Amino acid sequence: MINTTFCKIELQSPLVLASGILGTSVDIMNRVAENGAGAVTTKSIGPIERQGHNNPSVIEIENGLYNAVGLPTPGYLNMGDELKRWKEIKVPLIASVYGSSIRDYVHIVEYLQKYKPSIIELNISCPNKDDGMMFGASPRLTSQLVRAVKAVSSIPIMPKLTPNCDNIGRIAKECEKSGADAICAINTVQKTIIHPELKVPLLAYGKGGISGPIIREIALEKVKEIREAVKIPILGLGGITTGEDAIEMLKAGATLVGIGSGVYSRGIDIFKKVNEEIKQIMKKEGYKTLGEIK
Amino acid sequence: MQTIHKIKKIIRETPKSVSLILDGKITYQLGQFIMLWLPGVDEKPFAISYLDKDEFRVTIEEKGNFTKAISNLIIGTQIGLRGPYGHGFEPKDNSIIVAGGLGMAPAIELIKKVKNSTIIQGAKSKEFLLYLNDENLTKLIEKNKNKIVHCTDDGSFGIRGFTTQVLKKLINKQTKTVYTCGPEVMIKKVFELCEKKKIECQASLERMMKCAIGVCGSCVCGDQLVCKDGPVFSSEQLRKMKDFGKYARLKSGKKVALSEYFSYRDQ
Ligand SMILES: Cc1cc2nc3c(=O)[nH]c(=O)nc-3n(C[C@H](O)[C@H](O)[C@H](O)COP(=O)(O)O)c2cc1C
Ligand code: FES
Repeated sequence: MINTTFCKIELQSPLVLASGILGTSVDIMNRVAENGAGAVTTKSIGPIERQGHNNPSVIEIENGLYNAVGLPTPGYLNMGDELKRWKEIKVPLIASVYGSSIRDYVHIVEYLQKYKPSIIELNISCPNKDDGMMFGASPRLTSQLVRAVKAVSSIPIMPKLTPNCDNIGRIAKECEKSGADAICAINTVQKTIIHPELKVPLLAYGKGGISGPIIREIALEKVKEIREAVKIPILGLGGITTGEDAIEMLKAGATLVGIGSGVYSRGIDIFKKVNEEIKQIMKKEGYKTLGEIK
Repeated sequence: MQTIHKIKKIIRETPKSVSLILDGKITYQLGQFIMLWLPGVDEKPFAISYLDKDEFRVTIEEKGNFTKAISNLIIGTQIGLRGPYGHGFEPKDNSIIVAGGLGMAPAIELIKKVKNSTIIQGAKSKEFLLYLNDENLTKLIEKNKNKIVHCTDDGSFGIRGFTTQVLKKLINKQTKTVYTCGPEVMIKKVFELCEKKKIECQASLERMMKCAIGVCGSCVCGDQLVCKDGPVFSSEQLRKMKDFGKYARLKSGKKVALSEYFSYRDQ
């Protein structure tokens, strides 16, 4: 009832584990798969080993999470047997990739081909690295990047866009024109929060990105904007924690629905729970397939 | 968001550790951990090593970037706290607690909750035996008819040898559970001994923590999250944890041998 296809890939559920949430190892991603996710995304993989920012780097806020983890990565050449073990993952795998230059992205995407992830996600939207958003906010650079990466990849390419710009529809359109197979949106919403008593920034990095229910309205709006601009399928995420939220995201124009911060509020089995909630709503409202939800 | 607590007292414990007495009430389950935040320095996981009505104690090892910051702390300094988080110990009487080095810290609250049990406390040498002259602890131990056995690597106090050697002598069919915290190499040996003797083990593990709430994946050990599924794991869980006693991840997420991880953390 809730199976679906995305870039010709079959999924048993439209729910996808978002990048940066529990995507650090094959074992933990498999546990998420066993808990009902239709697909899982790796933590973003970068060009060289990087520590990320100091703690506090993730913290609970009212109605969401606030983070500046800062893209820690072992580096794509430094992942031990993890890449070889990707084939053990029981659901389609989305490999998330980031870089500081087009060359970085091209090298990593080229290298990952032999490990056959189902989709490669280009993270061009992380607010927590000084140059992390450079691509995501510029239509010209985004277009160059997508073309360069498409030239070396036989695996579908899905740029992940930032809400921290005023032209997300235009960026999505550039991606489509440049050959992108799908769009993922949104990444976290940039913000600076100060501790009310201590008067210092809550996170060691100073600023960060918020996620969870607090950004759900923004995410829905951005996904609608993208839907109007492009025909390629969308993985929509941002603040989804219930079946009702997921259906709303599908109605906004997404084909798949990502879950990140919801893992915190409802546990690792949130995927199972939301799958059930979607089925309940579909039954009540008379839908037989996800495709009918518009 | 972090709650704010004032330092009421600073106590030198060993050449490499100090205790902070912080003010405030905390609802805490045995074996859970808290995230302590020194603004401008770092935020790290710690056990609560003693809990009272309106104050609590945390014992901190002086290593890494915390070292300098801690020696600069003064009474009245405000510290941020998140938590407590995770799953802890289930206290059972007639048990054995094996605590190595700083692993004695999370054992104190457990000692309050078990009866007729033996604590095996080990350290490099006498000066590294935590809370050795703490009268409160002596009273606590006596109150519940528990007893304590000390051992040091160099024989400067108590038995000369390792905690695991003492455990081998004391463990028997009447032992209900073996609780253990401290260096993972020791924990692994304790666990293996328990397996051989078919006695339940509950072990408190440590990994690199960032979020402490089960989302970032930095604390993975096999398919378990040390922050959320742990930090205390049962024998049943430990048996399935492929990385236990073998691998851990650095801050970057790179998987390395346990020894490399611990020397990285000590820097
Ligand atoms: C702790 C944390 C780490 C994240 N790391 C990444 C990352 O490495 N790459 C990425 O593309 N997005 C990352 N994100 C963003 C999420 O993938 C997602 O886009 C965002 O959190 C919105 O979804 P949510 O509201 O369901 O969490 C991270 C989010 C959080 C909370
Ligand atoms: S510290 Fe983030 S998942 Fe455990």
